[in-house]
Amino acid sequence: MSLLKVVGLDKSYHSNFRVLTDINFEVDTGEFVSIIGPSGAGKSTLLRCINRMVEVNEGKILFGDLDVGNLSKKALRKLRTNIGMIFQHYNLVPRLTVIENVLHGRFGYKTTLQGILGKFTEKEKEHAFFLLEKLGISDHAYKRCDQLSGGQQQRVGIARALIQEPKLVLCDEPIASLDPNSSKVIMDHLKAITSELNITCLVNLHQVDVAINYSDRIIGLNQGEIVFDGPSQMLTEGRINSIYGTETRQFITV
Amino acid sequence: MNDIMIRKRKWQFTIFLIIMIAATYASSIITDFNALHGITTFPAALYWIFSNMLISQETLTRLPSILDKLLETIFMSIAATTTAAVISMFLGLMGSTTTRVNRAFSSLARFTASISRNIPVVAWALILLLSFGQNSLTGYLALFVGSIGFLTRVFIETIDEASQSSVEALRATGATYFQIVNKAVIPQCLPLLISWILFMIETNIRSATLVGILTGTGIGYTFDLYYKSMNYNVVALVTFSIVITVIIIELLSNYIRKVIL
Repeated sequence: MSLLKVVGLDKSYHSNFRVLTDINFEVDTGEFVSIIGPSGAGKSTLLRCINRMVEVNEGKILFGDLDVGNLSKKALRKLRTNIGMIFQHYNLVPRLTVIENVLHGRFGYKTTLQGILGKFTEKEKEHAFFLLEKLGISDHAYKRCDQLSGGQQQRVGIARALIQEPKLVLCDEPIASLDPNSSKVIMDHLKAITSELNITCLVNLHQVDVAINYSDRIIGLNQGEIVFDGPSQMLTEGRINSIYGTETRQFITV
Repeated sequence: MNDIMIRKRKWQFTIFLIIMIAATYASSIITDFNALHGITTFPAALYWIFSNMLISQETLTRLPSILDKLLETIFMSIAATTTAAVISMFLGLMGSTTTRVNRAFSSLARFTASISRNIPVVAWALILLLSFGQNSLTGYLALFVGSIGFLTRVFIETIDEASQSSVEALRATGATYFQIVNKAVIPQCLPLLISWILFMIETNIRSATLVGILTGTGIGYTFDLYYKSMNYNVVALVTFSIVITVIIIELLSNYIRKVIL
């Protein structure tokens, strides 16, 4: 059985404009899937439908055997602990330390009071430091996040997602605000999540070449519809043009 | 093409200037205000101030009682601000788009804030005077209500601006509402919130004087008393001590701001 199954998904924010139309795809455990497409194609909305950060209008999203659209508040919380999320702008709490931000990933497992009082077990703290070590930022554990570079902040974001012990990680343009070097570091870490921990990654990307290099499979999105879905080696020049539109493609490769 | 644009700009400016001058002239004619006459009265007015508003040796004996009232005013302003801040924090969380529970509560919070803000503190003092009588509670309440309006407004904006992204991230981890508020919103906004509260304390000490004149409490009452008994030397001393206090409070809060931000 597949980990994630999206069936006939429709989403619109306003009644006269559809962001997503009839989206169907399945993702298996341990897959590394990239979603590419021009700005405004609906990539971010698609990711946010999966953990129900935005409500779905039509269609179904199945995570394991759970129907995401039909969960109670409590069950939704439980679902979200299983799905990590990484953002373009890292979305950390800038004034708090790195380690505090990482431990925020455990809130889904805690009662409200435990969370407010910041009661974390020794095991959780050890796990947090282990992750920081692995991502190469353990030296900065007690620094405030706003003192870190973009690439380092994104690694904190990854640690926060991983400490949830998720089955799926959603990455919304993880390298869009990073320089090429930091981008490579981040993409390598994301790839390692899949290959070493067998956690599925679903990554929104702007850079076609990065998508081809890193992912097993690519989904092309244009104006809210899937126009390509297949192994990355099958993504030919012609198909890329059909995703982005021929003329705009010139600007993207520069 | 560019030339025409620049010339057009110049014309626009000239026309604007002419309109401004015409408007000023017209309004002074309508209101019967003569600018020249206004300026000529200046020397006499200044002469009066400098000859009457002198702090003399004898008035200094009143200083202890003035300081006593001043302290009362300061504490009242602080109490009104801090209690208002607590209420405003709830209203702010309720009203902010990032942390609101639902649209109805959000509108309610904004509406409450808007009412208490759009009625001036002086008007509040006079309204409350009728129902609560002339005592320090009335002064406190007037400042309290006025502060709620302003603080709620800025709290809503601070929360919206400072914490949108981290709130989204924490929601995605499965955190509960109160976890998000306590661990993302408040840590991120706190310095700014404190800064606004300090600003409000400053403002309230200033308004407390005026409110005091109306409600008969604190330093405002002292001011009023000596003013009406035409003891201008003491009035000068009271004014001077208010100015000094406000400056000190301002310096103090600037220092605190520098440390926390």
